[in-house]
Amino acid sequence: MDKHDFVIRFAGEGGQGLVTSADALARAAAHAGYFVQTHSTFPSQIMGGPASSQVRISTTPVLSAGDGVDVLVALNQYAYDHHHDDLNPGGVTVYNAEEFDLPEGGNYFGVAADELAKSTGNARAANMVTIGAVAHLIKFKLEEIDGFITQRFTRGRAGDDEIIEANIKAVRLGVDVATTSGFSVGQLQPPNPPDYKQIVITGNAALAMGATAAGLDFYAGYPISPATTVLIWMENNLWGEKRFVHQVASEIEAINAILGAGFAGKKAMTATAGPGFSLMSEGLGLAWMAEIPLVVANVQRGGPATGLPTKSEQSDLYTCLHPAHGDIKMPVLAPGTIEECFYAAALAQNWAERYQGPVILVTEFGLAERGENIRRPDLSKVSQESRATVSEGDTGKRYDSWDGSTPLPGMPIPGGPGAYVANGSEHDEIGDTTHLPHHHVRLMERRFKKLDLLGGAHYEIENADADVIIMPWGSSKGPAREAYNRLREQGEAIGWLYSVALHPLPEEVLSVLKSGKKIIVPELNYLGQWSALLRMEGFDAESITQYTGLPFRPVDLVVSIRDRIGAGVTA
Amino acid sequence: MSKRNPEYDFAWCPGCGDFGVRRALQVALEGYSTEHEEPQANNVVVAGIGCSGNMVHLVEGEQPFGIHGIHGRTLPISFGVKQGNPELNTVVVAGDGDFLSIGGEHLGPAANRNIDITAVVMDNGVYGLTKGQSSPTTEYGKVTVSTPLGKIENPVSPLKYYMAIGVTFIASYYSSKPRVLAKLIQEAMNHRGFSIVHVQSPCTTYNDTYDILKGKPKEGIKGLAYDIPEDHDPTSEQSANDLLSRPGIPLGVIFKKEGKTLQDRYEELQARAPRRTNDELLDSYLLQR
Repeated sequence: MDKHDFVIRFAGEGGQGLVTSADALARAAAHAGYFVQTHSTFPSQIMGGPASSQVRISTTPVLSAGDGVDVLVALNQYAYDHHHDDLNPGGVTVYNAEEFDLPEGGNYFGVAADELAKSTGNARAANMVTIGAVAHLIKFKLEEIDGFITQRFTRGRAGDDEIIEANIKAVRLGVDVATTSGFSVGQLQPPNPPDYKQIVITGNAALAMGATAAGLDFYAGYPISPATTVLIWMENNLWGEKRFVHQVASEIEAINAILGAGFAGKKAMTATAGPGFSLMSEGLGLAWMAEIPLVVANVQRGGPATGLPTKSEQSDLYTCLHPAHGDIKMPVLAPGTIEECFYAAALAQNWAERYQGPVILVTEFGLAERGENIRRPDLSKVSQESRATVSEGDTGKRYDSWDGSTPLPGMPIPGGPGAYVANGSEHDEIGDTTHLPHHHVRLMERRFKKLDLLGGAHYEIENADADVIIMPWGSSKGPAREAYNRLREQGEAIGWLYSVALHPLPEEVLSVLKSGKKIIVPELNYLGQWSALLRMEGFDAESITQYTGLPFRPVDLVVSIRDRIGAGVTA
Repeated sequence: MSKRNPEYDFAWCPGCGDFGVRRALQVALEGYSTEHEEPQANNVVVAGIGCSGNMVHLVEGEQPFGIHGIHGRTLPISFGVKQGNPELNTVVVAGDGDFLSIGGEHLGPAANRNIDITAVVMDNGVYGLTKGQSSPTTEYGKVTVSTPLGKIENPVSPLKYYMAIGVTFIASYYSSKPRVLAKLIQEAMNHRGFSIVHVQSPCTTYNDTYDILKGKPKEGIKGLAYDIPEDHDPTSEQSANDLLSRPGIPLGVIFKKEGKTLQDRYEELQARAPRRTNDELLDSYLLQR
């Protein structure tokens, strides 16, 4: 049976090379011209513990982790027990015959991958044996895997040829076992490779790359899952003239360091996750009050407290919008795909410069570490905005009143004219503390008015005349879109609304919301945070929530959206 | 009241030690700018929260840039300023509560980095702005509004603490002689690395220690403060530790040590760091087909 789409999951223990296997298969498939998306789930520990890593291979761009699994590779009994229920009809399990056995007669077969790998002379090729078995099950062209292996291990070293040969041999041994088993899960349709250049990249790398493309030149961070790889990327790449990168002693240091750097004229950023974001509250309040450009990326994990450090959740929306005490509403950009991570990170830098203040970029575990082949971003489309500054002789003061009818006055930079005090206390025009009512009034209004300058983020509006409109945010966009497509194909008259900018919302998105339609928000939290915020604005919104630490499955959303339609307006 | 802005609505109490520190800081900033032929705009004063924090608004004459930020975070903010633009002369002003209590966690990292900034710490042994609570340098047993039965904790010994964590310039003084203090602050600014000038700056309202510091010479009562003997070698760690084991409050430079700053080390890394354009970085992810 021809299929355009397969999900292959490797399940076992952390440290068994699950991510490596899924990644290798993903790269081989991408190499062959397919679209791929990986997804991993593992406990928060260095080694061991139940973990899994999967890849979805498709002839069209992959929107989500999918519904179920077509091929399960189970490396131990626990993995088999906990994952085989996820198999799609017709799905097959390849199990580690060196670790456990299953009774005769099921839709599975064992592979002694280590033993077979040793016979090739390269004990490290065990995952290639498994990949060979998987490739046979989905009728994946072996030449493509050979080509991928050759490319991967051609490193200009003496033993390259032998390693390549052993790995190719390992693949064939896996194929042989699968052939003998007689199983197949169908035939993967030929790829439909795009005519544009692609990169294979994770969400965190795309985010780091996007910020850098927009001119980021100062990064301070502290390790925390799942944001750590942004810090690592920066420590490896943010070098060069007038750039600075440093691992500081805490998230409190990180926010205050980028605040000092933003004051000194730098385009500064940090990335963190929930607990670190909580520690940054006070610094974010100061950045808002003193109007210092900076970007904080919050790569969400499950919360509260330590929560679920290596799981996906969208439960930090409230805190991203209102991280600090006082009258504050932060600009928030929430990319929903890997590609959007790149462009939103760039836009966040530009927003910070444009309105002279802090910007929150909120992503998720589900985006952070998943790999995907996407169109290579076009750097010529990335603008590098720089804040307005002041020149000798300018008569304006740093904190003059501003009503939006003129360009935002420039920000003095230390070393240049216009000395002032960046003050967290309410202040006068030059930043001296004052508690006089009229200053609090005029600067409160200035700080909020500046938000009007923020636009240009990606949004999507489709079939907005429908009575029910699906409006996901962040990474729930992918599964929601898949569910939306299926429901539309099934004749459901539903609309689609999506915005990377959650605050301020683009006018076009607002006008759809204001049209009074029923808005359904699939989101990964308990409170239904985005729909609650929409209701606060007077819109008719309700959530479909999930708080398992896992992303939505499109099939589940199809069911729950149909339930809501049935119970709601179109009934 | 600030001369530059009559509307500014904060004032120190009459006789506050911070007046002397302000005068000294102002002279030191001007002196530093003149010495290095730099504009006042190259000076950045990063203030904490508390009575001392208001100093940034009260400097008179040509203005430096300033940040009046968050309680306890002067060091990380100044880290960002300095590493954001290493050309800026970056000076922290903070009280003992701000610097040693809520901000204490940042001292070790700042010392480890030997970041090239100067901290002027105003120690009055009390939380003044919140009206008289015990602070990290309040002595054991002292009755304050927040320690009605006497303070239960030991006080921190700031100078010994700075020595222990490796601060590379440590001076101690009091607020009463601004011209001498100004010279110390300017010397600290000229020191390449993390420098602290710890100043006894009495709170005339809640903890008036002028007499304790200076004594009453006319009545033959000696004060706690004493001039550091001329034969003290501040480049010797041993001498500095010996000095700090004596009772009293030494006045002058206790310790100074030349060494690489964070920026020096950063430039060493820069020299061997990879340099890739954005296009090259993106292409490192390119899918080969």
